[in-house]
Amino acid sequence: MSRIEAALRNVGMKGEKGLIAYVMAGDPNLAESGKIILEVEKAGADLIEIGVPFSDPIADGPTIQKASERALAKGVNVRNVLDLVTDLRRQTKVPLILMSYCNPLYAFGIERFFKEARRAGVDGLIVPDLPPEEARDFILQSRKTGIDHIFLAAPTTPQERLEKIIKVVSGFLYYVPLTGVTGSELKGKETISERIRQIKSQTEKPVAVGFGVSNPEEARELGSEADAVIVGSALVRIIETAKSDPTYLTRLSTFVRSLKQVLRS
Amino acid sequence: MLLPNKKGRFGPYGGRYVAETLMPALQELEAVYQSVRRKPGFKKKLADILKHFVGRPTPLYFAPRLSEHLGGLKIYLKREDLCHTGAHKINNTLGQILLTQEMGKKRVIAETGAGQHGVATATAAARFGMDCEVYMGTEDMKRQELNVFRMRLLGAKVSGVDAGSKTLKDAISEALRDWTANVRDTHYILGSVLGPHPYPMMIRDFQSVIGQEARQQILRTEGRFPDVMIACVGGGSNAIGLFTPFLSESEIRMIGVEAGGLGIETGKHAARFASGTLGVLHGTMTTLLQDAYGQIQNTHSVSAGLDYAAVGPEHSYYRDKQRIEYTSVTDDEALSAFRLLAEMEGILPALESSHAVAYLIKLAPSLPKGQIVIVNLSGRGDKDVAQLSRMEQQNEPD
Repeated sequence: MSRIEAALRNVGMKGEKGLIAYVMAGDPNLAESGKIILEVEKAGADLIEIGVPFSDPIADGPTIQKASERALAKGVNVRNVLDLVTDLRRQTKVPLILMSYCNPLYAFGIERFFKEARRAGVDGLIVPDLPPEEARDFILQSRKTGIDHIFLAAPTTPQERLEKIIKVVSGFLYYVPLTGVTGSELKGKETISERIRQIKSQTEKPVAVGFGVSNPEEARELGSEADAVIVGSALVRIIETAKSDPTYLTRLSTFVRSLKQVLRS
Repeated sequence: MLLPNKKGRFGPYGGRYVAETLMPALQELEAVYQSVRRKPGFKKKLADILKHFVGRPTPLYFAPRLSEHLGGLKIYLKREDLCHTGAHKINNTLGQILLTQEMGKKRVIAETGAGQHGVATATAAARFGMDCEVYMGTEDMKRQELNVFRMRLLGAKVSGVDAGSKTLKDAISEALRDWTANVRDTHYILGSVLGPHPYPMMIRDFQSVIGQEARQQILRTEGRFPDVMIACVGGGSNAIGLFTPFLSESEIRMIGVEAGGLGIETGKHAARFASGTLGVLHGTMTTLLQDAYGQIQNTHSVSAGLDYAAVGPEHSYYRDKQRIEYTSVTDDEALSAFRLLAEMEGILPALESSHAVAYLIKLAPSLPKGQIVIVNLSGRGDKDVAQLSRMEQQNEPD
């Protein structure tokens, strides 16, 4: 069992739901991202998802698009993000997942990326624009290096595709509860819960739900059926005030604590 | 060999790199397209509307003065500029709007660079009574304000995209985001042989009407195939549409002309085959302008329709196979070609198409007298007149 799966099972055993926090690497800058990640972990995040900036993030809404632009303006690239992970690994055991569009990974080289990611201490990878059909090399390297390859399922995913996705996914299945980009508004929570129940009944692997979870109330509702909840844009919106408000870390920490709080009970 | 393969691959290029949310819609689109494309009913509907609404077949026009001027070549212009709405784009949007009907969807979205594809989509949507929203970079909206107004007159909503370089690339990203959110009732009418499978294949097929007509026309007029064919390449739909029906004639030289912008050496251009590398953008694996870390580079061209970082995957394939040659001309060369064609033949070509004419001018001295050349005049230049007038004012000495 991978460190990611173990972490989620461990949380489950305590009768809690997991909190996965998304942070864009390099926003506002790399050194600060390191501090943010450690702070977010301290506040209760069970896993951390680290965004790799990309010039054309087609699955992201305006909030994460802008975070990506800020990180790119600092010149942040895949190499820097791996160095950040190496650095974090000396300070924490929390599972670290990279989220990157496929082009920066192809440019780096798939085999080289997995090798260096393992050396740095990366536990998992999410590639939002890489469906299983195109992921052969990734899945191969994932198995070779033990880095989980986390695939996504969507409300539009039909049953036979879901079965294929479940077969190749490792770590956890990432369920996107809405048709839309990150940070969109959540609607129809009952259908969402129903769908998560249905997916859970088909797999032993943990199911995490994310895209559009913006407050503790929504985290609680979605967390009621899923094993973990992923929160991204809502955190990035606090981080983007870093320049104007030196106390942003405290606010971030308070917010993360409030999210984890509802996932404990 | 029939390309692409089942996975949408032209050799290593193509494929389907999109968010999971869109995968089922792409599979549905592919299935519907494959099931109707050869049905007589669909073919007849499309042929009828291309004839009566678009005005096809477009002429293959012998350009006498230009032929003379360029040293006694036989230059033919495929007059896609005479299509309804002013460019070849309408061939594709009508094909796709019929598919939209087949799928029972009521809303279409599109991206546009120069505005020609946006106008062609707005036109098709108006003709078939569908809602239409067009995404356009705010930089392009400035360059092509006339087309923005045309789309609005046709009842489309034009949404400015203020992200990134504010051009075609960002408009496609935003259209993909809209599609992700509204995929159940919306069809995305992509405008060139780009994007995830089945778009590059389907759009090539819809645009192949250009080459099918040209083939018959040149055989009727000249009794033989041309020696050289030239077309501009942004995404590359007008080029692939003209070339495809001639590909099996191995003696024909085919040339795709990219936007050389201010010159390849300045880095301000959109010539993917000059300095691009393999990568993935907007759902397809192809040749891209990107930096060493896989970030997409900003491009430059005087022509909004060629100003894009990726080239259609099938073009990458034919470049590798050396079946099609690719080259580029600069902004200045395209502008000179625009003027020459206007003065010599009484035709204002689109700035995009002017790139093809510009390369013809460069190539002509090396071609033997009497050779037959077909140049694809993919669109008309009316949309560019305001931009040219602005540029002229700026260049006038005080």
